[in-house]
Amino acid sequence: MDPLEIRNLKKSYGSVPAVKGVSFNLRKGEILGLIGPDGAGKTTIIRSVVSLLLADEGEILYMGKNIRDNPTYIRSRIGYMPQRFSLYPDLTVEENLDFFGDLFQVPKQKQKQRKEELYAFSHLGPFKKRRAADLSGGMKQKLALSCMLIHQPDVLILDEPTFGVDPVSRHEFWEILKTQSRRQGTSILVTTAYMDEAGQCDRVGLMFAGRILALDQPQELEKQFTDPLYVLHCPQPHEVFEQIYHDDSLYVANLFGEGVHITLPRERTEEQLRNYLQEKRLTITKIERIKPSLEDVFLKLMHG
Amino acid sequence: MSQIQNSNTADTVPMEDDTMAVSVRELTRNFGKFTAVDRVSFSVQKGEIFGFLGANGAGKTTTIRMLCGLLLPTSGQASIAGFNVYTEAEQIKMHIGYMSQRFSLYEDLTVRENIQFYGGVYGLSRKQIKEKTRELLDYLNLWDQANKLTADLPLGWKQRMALSTTLLHDPQIIFLDEPTSGVDPVSRRNFWLLIYKLAARGKTVFVTTHYMDEAEYCNRLSIMRFGKIVEIGPPGELKAKYHARTMQDVFMNIEHREER
Ligand SMILES: Nc1ncnc2c1ncn2[C@@H]1O[C@H](COP(=O)(O)OP(=O)(O)OP(=O)(O)O)[C@@H](O)[C@H]1O
Ligand SMILES: [Mg+2]
Repeated sequence: MDPLEIRNLKKSYGSVPAVKGVSFNLRKGEILGLIGPDGAGKTTIIRSVVSLLLADEGEILYMGKNIRDNPTYIRSRIGYMPQRFSLYPDLTVEENLDFFGDLFQVPKQKQKQRKEELYAFSHLGPFKKRRAADLSGGMKQKLALSCMLIHQPDVLILDEPTFGVDPVSRHEFWEILKTQSRRQGTSILVTTAYMDEAGQCDRVGLMFAGRILALDQPQELEKQFTDPLYVLHCPQPHEVFEQIYHDDSLYVANLFGEGVHITLPRERTEEQLRNYLQEKRLTITKIERIKPSLEDVFLKLMHG
Repeated sequence: MSQIQNSNTADTVPMEDDTMAVSVRELTRNFGKFTAVDRVSFSVQKGEIFGFLGANGAGKTTTIRMLCGLLLPTSGQASIAGFNVYTEAEQIKMHIGYMSQRFSLYEDLTVRENIQFYGGVYGLSRKQIKEKTRELLDYLNLWDQANKLTADLPLGWKQRMALSTTLLHDPQIIFLDEPTSGVDPVSRRNFWLLIYKLAARGKTVFVTTHYMDEAEYCNRLSIMRFGKIVEIGPPGELKAKYHARTMQDVFMNIEHREER
């Protein structure tokens, strides 16, 4: 049985619809990522699932049981990390971890072992004795994550867990998530603004304006991007971008770290692109055909 | 872009050079026995977009708070827009804009009210506040949201809003501490176009980020590690030095070095 089943979920705030009928299952042992622009409805879904919000319509089943019948049950069974999780600022790093370990009734021996694993990801070991209030922003976020991961529930629900976390720790955090889903069959529902993280999920739901537009494996979503995609390597990508993005009837351009990504509608040829760039007298060091990434897919969807 | 400094050449940092927006020499901050910022030296030219990278806890926010006149250094020197961080903190505050890591907005005020409130903080007159409000709502494309409660705005809008309050007094130097954390790919790009616009108007932008693609958008970068600046230079030079294709690779390479 799928641990979570969401059926036709709807929720409005006053007259503003936030989620307009969303259905999906979180399968046993999978990492399911929700991505979408700010305000797409991701947090509303998450808060409904952990029964902090009452949906207007639809059903949420946890292990086949409707969570409406027993809202506290689900909260005691899943690990939930809200967007802004509060630590105890006056407790040290280690005291916070111990506090949550005891709260979640993790046996002492297990707590100890888990703490070491979590220090390895968070790099907080050397700062055990520091008060949470004195940590940097990203260190606080990592401590909050660690406090939640100290117990190992069957279902984890994480709303933007890597907010402000540096690239190295993000990588290590995802290794922890993957290990947990592969080895222990933990089912994980996660939202993120990082497309490289979305790419590591088993399945990704692309949300827009209260709906899930597509839900599939990252590779499959990338295949939906069928128009030829190029990167224009250039010394000043944003200048090139500013010169050409107005012509989005001809080419769709997006700014990336390595240069400008440009999509050719099928009827246009690479040669036409080269001529066009030459006419504009733009300095471009190299034009390269590339495979679309999830970020390209996301941007395309948002441009409509 | 030749004013690249590191601690070896700190003696030659031109503290009074008026092409410099920020000049820092041997700047240090201790918390008890712990050294959060350890003798950093660098300078930022006027009109530059300067990226300030580093792992969590490297000392970025602590440095920025010293440069903004919010935290006293333990030792070393820093001058911001020509003002001394020890003795001229008040002048510094009038010449810079600072958007903090978890930006502070009053969630129960509307967008318009927030701008008015911060205008008051910076001592603008009623007339100036009115003009500024109009100008900023235009510039940031926030008209549709003007009368909404800040709490109800999606993060990307809040972030624009926070930026607008830091621009109210038309500062020359803008410090942005992780302005795009948690922001979706579209809003992030729009935010960077705003940063470029500011730089095009001659503003100096000092920005931290954990998105390595954004690092590539900067004119020059510094990478901090355990309180020290370990690399400084334009993204292209750093990539060449590490034989790396992306800044992500450069960053990972530096962070996985063993020595402290
Ligand atoms: N008041 C304080 N007391 C003790 N240590 C502190 C205090 N403030 C900051 N620190 C420590 O200084 C170091 C640098 O923190 P800082 O906030 O500057 O990091 P950062 O580079 O901004 O990190 P992040 O990417 O997580 O925002 C950290 O180890 C932090 O715990
Ligand atoms: Mg910081």
